[in-house]
Amino acid sequence: MSQPIRVLLAKVGLDGHDRGVRVVARTLRDAGMDVIYSGLHRTPEEVVSAAIQEDVDILGVSLLSGVQLTVFPKIFKLLAEKGVSDMIIVAGGVMPDEDVVELKNMGVHEVMLQDTPPDAIVKTLTRLVTERGPR
Amino acid sequence: MSAYVPSTALIPRAEAGEIPSIARLISRAEAGLPEARPALAQIYKKAGRAHVIGITGVPGSGKSTLVAALAARLRALGGKVGIVAVDPSSPYSGGAILGDRIRMTELAQDPGIYIRSMATRGAMGGMARATLDAVDILDLGGFETVIIETVGVGQDEVEIAKASHTTVVVSAPGLGDEIQAIKAGMLEIADIHLVSKCDRSDANRTLMDLKQMLTLGAHSGPRPEWQVPVVGVCSFNGQGFEELVDAIQKHQHTLSTESGKKRRLSIASFRLQKTAENLLIERFTQASAALRPKLAERLSARDGDPYTLASELLAAALA
Ligand SMILES: Nc1nc2c(ncn2[C@@H]2O[C@H](COP(=O)(O)OP(=O)(O)OP(=O)(O)O)[C@@H](O)[C@H]2O)c(=O)[nH]1
Ligand SMILES: [Mg+2]
Repeated sequence: MSQPIRVLLAKVGLDGHDRGVRVVARTLRDAGMDVIYSGLHRTPEEVVSAAIQEDVDILGVSLLSGVQLTVFPKIFKLLAEKGVSDMIIVAGGVMPDEDVVELKNMGVHEVMLQDTPPDAIVKTLTRLVTERGPR
Repeated sequence: MSAYVPSTALIPRAEAGEIPSIARLISRAEAGLPEARPALAQIYKKAGRAHVIGITGVPGSGKSTLVAALAARLRALGGKVGIVAVDPSSPYSGGAILGDRIRMTELAQDPGIYIRSMATRGAMGGMARATLDAVDILDLGGFETVIIETVGVGQDEVEIAKASHTTVVVSAPGLGDEIQAIKAGMLEIADIHLVSKCDRSDANRTLMDLKQMLTLGAHSGPRPEWQVPVVGVCSFNGQGFEELVDAIQKHQHTLSTESGKKRRLSIASFRLQKTAENLLIERFTQASAALRPKLAERLSARDGDPYTLASELLAAALA
């Protein structure tokens, strides 16, 4: 598979820090991926429409503000409304263990907490795309 | 879309304006797989209505911010607007950070606007290999205007002028050199010259310099009968955009004249040449892969010279 993996990194919610996401963006770029960064304070609607327009393999949503349990259901609902079912959704940031479990039950493919080393992120994303197969 | 949908099956959906299908077709064009070629062929034949605006200028000159403001203006006039924004791939990793979209976030919720970020993946000239395929796909999807934002180009990377109906060259004040367009060899390719960031006090100087350069006549535009306007804009407060839209529309009208037909023909000629080059390189790269190491060894041992061995490689690969 010589096609670069396409990733949209999005920040949803009120928190105004994006140093972490920017580091991840560079890591993914250096691993040969095409990375689009959404900027801060995006709504689920904005994130989903950007992800669909960009036809990304992976939508990565980072949040620090504890809104994950409302954000992800919205994202899945919006994607379903557009008939998009093959996008890989991952979450990043800081959250309690029980939320991680709940997100996975919801259909989030992987949750990578803030201390995940960069090459582990690369490996996980690459694996998820390989598992999905061609699209 | 969970099972693999063949590219040709996506065409009717894209033609109906369905964004996921349009987006997927663009991905297939980018991947460059043979599976997508018959679909792209059909799409090209159906397309041809969109007005294609190329926006170029040195890095940081304000292209993306301007494209967003321009797209919003054009939307207010009615038609759908598609945007293809190209950024460079890293020559080391092949990956890219596609940063244009972040300047266009206020357009995100308008269903009549489609923004696609694209990496060059080694292509020279300011566009990606699939940029013009993406334009056709958007054209098919009913986007009346398609704006291409090129990579912030340097010298000689001016292919956009050969591919777009209207080429806008952006110069910003305060980037050191007074008129970057000259330095980058972009003075001659503009149908419209734009000075961005006109809220800055040094913008007037850039405007004056540019106008003077153009009236000196040493650098006329691509066509003698079109007077290349110089427009100053500020993308933050909207200043100058009425004039810009007016200039674009006037230029669009000239495309239906006799010399406009010539322009269309030369766009087709460029497309043909470029596509042939890409096919040739693709074929050659594949066919020469096996033989190359052996010839490289000979070259390294000076058992043969570059021209002779390269000719041998070419002959063997393209036989
Ligand atoms: N003062 C002022 N700044 C502007 C204006 N338009 C853009 N800028 C700023 O110029 C910088 C570059 O803007 P971009 O729109 O990203 O420029 P670009 O040409 O697309 O950049 P690349 O895609 O990286 O080549 C940003 O900091 C913008 O905020 C304007 O009208 N006035
Ligand atoms: Mg830009």
